[in-house]
Amino acid sequence: MEMVIAIAVGVMFASGIWLILRPRTFQLIIGLMLMSYAVNIFIFAMGRLWVDKPPITPLPDIDPAQFADPLPQGLVLTAIVIGFATTALYLVMMIGARGLTGSDHVDGEEPRE
Amino acid sequence: MLLASLVLVPFIGSLLAALMPQSARNHESWLAIAVASYGLIVAGALYPEMAAGEVLREESAWLPTKGLAFVLRVDGLAWVFTMLVLAIGLLVVLYARYYMSADDPVPRFFSFLLAFMGSMLGVVLSGNLVQLVVFWELTSLTSFLLIGYWHHRADARRGARMAFTVTATGGLCLMAGVLVLGHIVGSYDLDVVLAAGDRIRAHELYLAALVLVALGALTKSAQFPFHFWLPHAMAAPTPVSSYLHSATMVKAGVFLLARLWPALAGTPEWTWIVGGAGVCTLLLGAFIAIFQHDLKGLLAYSTISHLGLITVLIGIGTPLAMVAAIFHILNHATFKASLFMAAGIIDHETGTRDLRVLRGLRHKLPITATLAIVASAAMAGVPLLNGFLSKEMFFAETLSVGGERNWWMSYAAVAMGMFSVAYSLRFISIFFGAPAQDLPRDPHEPPRWMRFPVELLVLACLVVGVAPAISIAPVLEIAVAATLGAAAPSYDLAVWHGFNLPLLMSMLALAGGVLLYVVLRRHFDLQRRERVPLFHHFNGAQVFETTMLQVTRAAGWLLRRLGTTRLQPQLLLMMIALLILPPLLAGTPPAWTRIALQGFDPLFATIWAIGGGCAIAAAWMAKYHRLAALALVGGTGIVTAATFLWLSAPDLALTQLMVETVTTVLILLGLRWLPPRIEAAAAPLAPFSRASLRRARDLLVAVAGGLAIAALTYAVLVHPASDTIADFFLLNALGGGGGSNVVNVLLVDFRSFDTLGEITVLAIVALTVYALLRRFRPAPESAAIPAQQRNEADPARGQTPAEQANSGYLMVAGIYLRLLLPFMGVIAVYFFMRGHNLPGGGFVAGLVFAVAILVQYMLAGTVWVESHLSLRPHRWLGLGLVLACATGLGAWLFGHPFLTTHTAHVTWPLVGELHLPSAFVFDLGVFTVVVGTTMLMLVALAHQSLRGHRLPGEDGAEDRQAAGGRTI
Repeated sequence: MEMVIAIAVGVMFASGIWLILRPRTFQLIIGLMLMSYAVNIFIFAMGRLWVDKPPITPLPDIDPAQFADPLPQGLVLTAIVIGFATTALYLVMMIGARGLTGSDHVDGEEPRE
Repeated sequence: MLLASLVLVPFIGSLLAALMPQSARNHESWLAIAVASYGLIVAGALYPEMAAGEVLREESAWLPTKGLAFVLRVDGLAWVFTMLVLAIGLLVVLYARYYMSADDPVPRFFSFLLAFMGSMLGVVLSGNLVQLVVFWELTSLTSFLLIGYWHHRADARRGARMAFTVTATGGLCLMAGVLVLGHIVGSYDLDVVLAAGDRIRAHELYLAALVLVALGALTKSAQFPFHFWLPHAMAAPTPVSSYLHSATMVKAGVFLLARLWPALAGTPEWTWIVGGAGVCTLLLGAFIAIFQHDLKGLLAYSTISHLGLITVLIGIGTPLAMVAAIFHILNHATFKASLFMAAGIIDHETGTRDLRVLRGLRHKLPITATLAIVASAAMAGVPLLNGFLSKEMFFAETLSVGGERNWWMSYAAVAMGMFSVAYSLRFISIFFGAPAQDLPRDPHEPPRWMRFPVELLVLACLVVGVAPAISIAPVLEIAVAATLGAAAPSYDLAVWHGFNLPLLMSMLALAGGVLLYVVLRRHFDLQRRERVPLFHHFNGAQVFETTMLQVTRAAGWLLRRLGTTRLQPQLLLMMIALLILPPLLAGTPPAWTRIALQGFDPLFATIWAIGGGCAIAAAWMAKYHRLAALALVGGTGIVTAATFLWLSAPDLALTQLMVETVTTVLILLGLRWLPPRIEAAAAPLAPFSRASLRRARDLLVAVAGGLAIAALTYAVLVHPASDTIADFFLLNALGGGGGSNVVNVLLVDFRSFDTLGEITVLAIVALTVYALLRRFRPAPESAAIPAQQRNEADPARGQTPAEQANSGYLMVAGIYLRLLLPFMGVIAVYFFMRGHNLPGGGFVAGLVFAVAILVQYMLAGTVWVESHLSLRPHRWLGLGLVLACATGLGAWLFGHPFLTTHTAHVTWPLVGELHLPSAFVFDLGVFTVVVGTTMLMLVALAHQSLRGHRLPGEDGAEDRQAAGGRTI
C-alpha cells in the first residue's frame, strides 16, 4: 500500500511538473490540478495510512490509537475546496488572457522563434 | 495627555482640513489658526515649569516586548523649539490665507501643513530616539508633499523628489545611528542616552554612531555636501519655504545635534565632522547666495550659510558656542521667515522674483520695503538688530578655535560676514533706484493681514536686538540650561561689550561686505552673471540627478540580466530549486525503523494503475485534445477520491468527488474560449532541435521531481508517526465539541477560525472571478456560434436550450433531471444535518446543492433557469459570511473568546431533545458561502455563452445586461 501511494504521488507530481513547464495555458491548468492531487495525498499521507478506521468517535471513552489522524484530513479538506477556488480563478484568467491577447500562450504572446 | 494633545491636535486638524471643500479658504485658515493657537496656549502654560528647569514626561506602551515606550518629553530646549514651531506656524498660516490663490486646492495645502506641524512637534517632543526617527521621516514626507504641492510643475516635482531622497536617506542613516546608540546604551530612552555620554564616547562603535547621526542631521539641515536640495525646494509655495525650509524643518538637524550634544560631543571627531561640514557650508552658501538672480534662491543659499554657521558653533562644541548656536537658531528663524514672507509679497504683487528685473520698489511698496530692509540688516549683522548679537557671539567663538596662532577659523568667519553683507545688499537693492516699468504686474501694498506676520517678526528682530536682556534672555536661559545641564556657562547678552576683537570683526565684515558688493556690481557685472564664479562646477544637484539616473539604469540592466517576465523559465527555476534546496536544508535523516505496513491490496494497486495512467495520459493529451485531457484528469480525481475513502477519510472522499464534478463543469465551460489546436497541422519536431531539447530537459526535471516526492512519501510512510495533537482532537471531539465526526468538529469548532478565513477567501475568489468576467472580451474567432451548433443536419439547430429540454431531443433527460432537483436538495440537507456526527457537513452539502442547481442550468440554459428561479449568489455569499461571523461574535455576548462554541440542549415537541451546537450555525454559514461561491462562479461563466453570439465591440450596455443581469 505504502509503495503504491508513493508511486501514485510521484506519477501525478511528475505529470504535473511536465505540464506546468509547457507553453499553453490549458496545459498549465491541467498540470496544476494534477499537482494539487499529488500534494493533497502527500499531506494526507503524513497522518499515515489507516484502513477502516475513520476518525468518527461515537463513544466517549476511546483509544485514540484506533483511529486515523483527523488533523491532515481537516487540512486537506480545506485544501481541496481552496484548490477548487484557485482553479476557477486560473480558468477565468486563462480565458480572459486569451480574449485580451488573442493567444493562449502563458506569456500572452507567441514566442519569437 | 496635555503633551500628547500638542502632537495629536495638528494631526486631527490635518484630517479635518483634508475633508473641507475646495473653496473653503477662510475656514481652512481659521482651523489652522485655531490649531496653532491651541498649541501655543498649552505650551505657553508650561512656562513656569520650564523656567524652574523641570522635565515633563508622558509615557505610554508602544512595543513593550522590545522595551520601547512612546515617550513625550519636554525640557527647556524642546519647549523653546515647540514655541518656535507653533509661533512661526501661526504667522505662516495667517500669511498663507492671503498668499494662496483662490484657484489652488487649499484643503490639500493646509492639511499637509498641519501634518507637518504635528510631525515637527513630534520630533521636538520625542523622548525616545526611535520614535524621534519616525517623526523625523514624517517631516521629510510632509516636506516632500508640500514642495510638490503644485505638482503640475516639473520643477516642483523634481525639487520634491530630490529633497525627499536626500532627507529620507539621511533619515535612514539616522535610524541606523540610533540603533547603534541603543546598542551601546541599552536603551532608546532619551534621558538614559543623554546620561550615558561618557560610555558612548568610550565605546568602539562611537565613530559609527557619530557618523550615522551626523549624516541624518547634515542632510536635514542642508549642510555641505548635501546642501543642493534646499534651493530646489524653493519650488514650494512661499509660506512653505518660510516655515519648513528656513524656520523649522531644516533646523531639525541642528536641533538633533544640540539635543545629542551631551551624549556625542566633546571629541575631535565631533569637531571635525560637524564643524568641518559647517565651515564649508557657511562659506559656500554665503558666496553662492551673492550670485543668485532669484529672490528665493538668494534666501535659500543664505539659509544654507546660516545653518552652516549654527553647525560650526555646535561643532566647536564649547558651552558658550552652544549658547550662540541656540540663540542664532531663534534669530535666524525670525529674520529669515520674515524675509521669505516679504519675498512672497513681492512675488505676489509684482509677478516676478527676478533680481535683474526688480528695482525701485520702495515707491510702490514703502512699508514692505522698510520691513524687508530691517530684516536684511538683521541678516547682515547690523548692530541693534538680533542677527548682530548672535553673529558677534559667533565671531568671539571662532577666536577661541585653534589657539593663539591659528586664525583660519576667524578669517573664514569674517569672509562669511562679508559675503552675507554683500548678498543682503543685493537683496535690498530691489527697493532702490528708478521704479521698474517692465514688471508683469503693477505692485500695491498687500492686504493688512498678509503684512502683519512680517511686521511682527521684524518687530521681534528689533526688540531682541535693542533689549536682549529683557526680551530673549529668559527664554534662551531655559533652552541653554536644558541642553547643557551643569555645563551651562554664564554669559552676558548685551549690545555693547566695549571695543574688542569680535566688534572689530563685525565692523570689518560690514565695511568689507559693502566694498565687495560695490566692486562686484561695478566691475564684475553682478546683475548679469549667469554662473557662480569658481563654484559652478560643483553642482550637487547635477551629481544627484546623474547618480539617480545611473542607479535606475543599473537596476534596469540587472533586471534584464537576472530577471524574466516569461513564466516558463520562472517555473523551471522554481522546480529545480524545489529539487535541490530541501536536501541541502534537511539534516541527517532519522534511523531507519520500519513499522508494520498495510498489506498490499491488488485492487488498490489496480485503481492506481488506472489513476496514474490517467495522469500520464492527461499530460500527453493536454496540448491537442483538451476534452480528453479533462476527462482523464477527472479519472485521476475519482481515483483520488476512492483512495480517501479506502484510507479512512470519508469526508475527504465526499468533498473530492463533489469538487471534481464542479471543476469539470467549470473547465468545460471555459474550453469554448480557447483557440483550436489541430495536431495534424503541427510540424513534427526535428530531433535535437531547440524545442525537442527543451522537452527532454523538462521531462528530466519532471521525472526527477516525481521520483523525489515518491521517495519522500515512501520514507515518511515507513516511519512511525511522531506524537501529534491528533489525540487531543479524537478525545475531545465528542465531549468538548458535541460531535462524533472528528474532522467536521475540527473544521467548525476546534479550528473554526481557519475555516472562517477559508470561506472568506472563497468569497473573495468568487467575487474576483465575477469581476474579471464582467470585463471579459472573447477573442474574435471564438465569438461566433461554434460550427457544431450550426450543422444543417441537426434538428436541434435553431432551438433554444429551453425548447430542447421541454420538447426537443432532451425531453426525457429534462423530465428526470428536473425531478432530481428536490431529491438532491434533500440529500444536501441530509449531508448537512448529519455532518457533525457522520461524514458530511457544510462543505459537502453546499457543493451537492450547487450541483443540483447546476444540473438545471446544463439542461435548460441560463435564460430558462433564471426566469424560473431567482438565485442571488452575491446574497448567499454575504449571508453566509454574516452567519459565520455572527456565530463567532455571539460568544462575546457571554464573555467567551471569539468563535467559542456552545451546545444547547433544546426539547422540541414531538421531536424530543435535540443537541443544537452553535457550530451548527457556523456550519450553516459555511454551507451558504460554498453555495454562493460555486453558483456565482459557474453562472458567471455560463453567462459568457450568451454574449458570445455577438461580436466583440458591439454595444456595451447589452453586454452588461447579459453578464450582470438581474439574477447575478
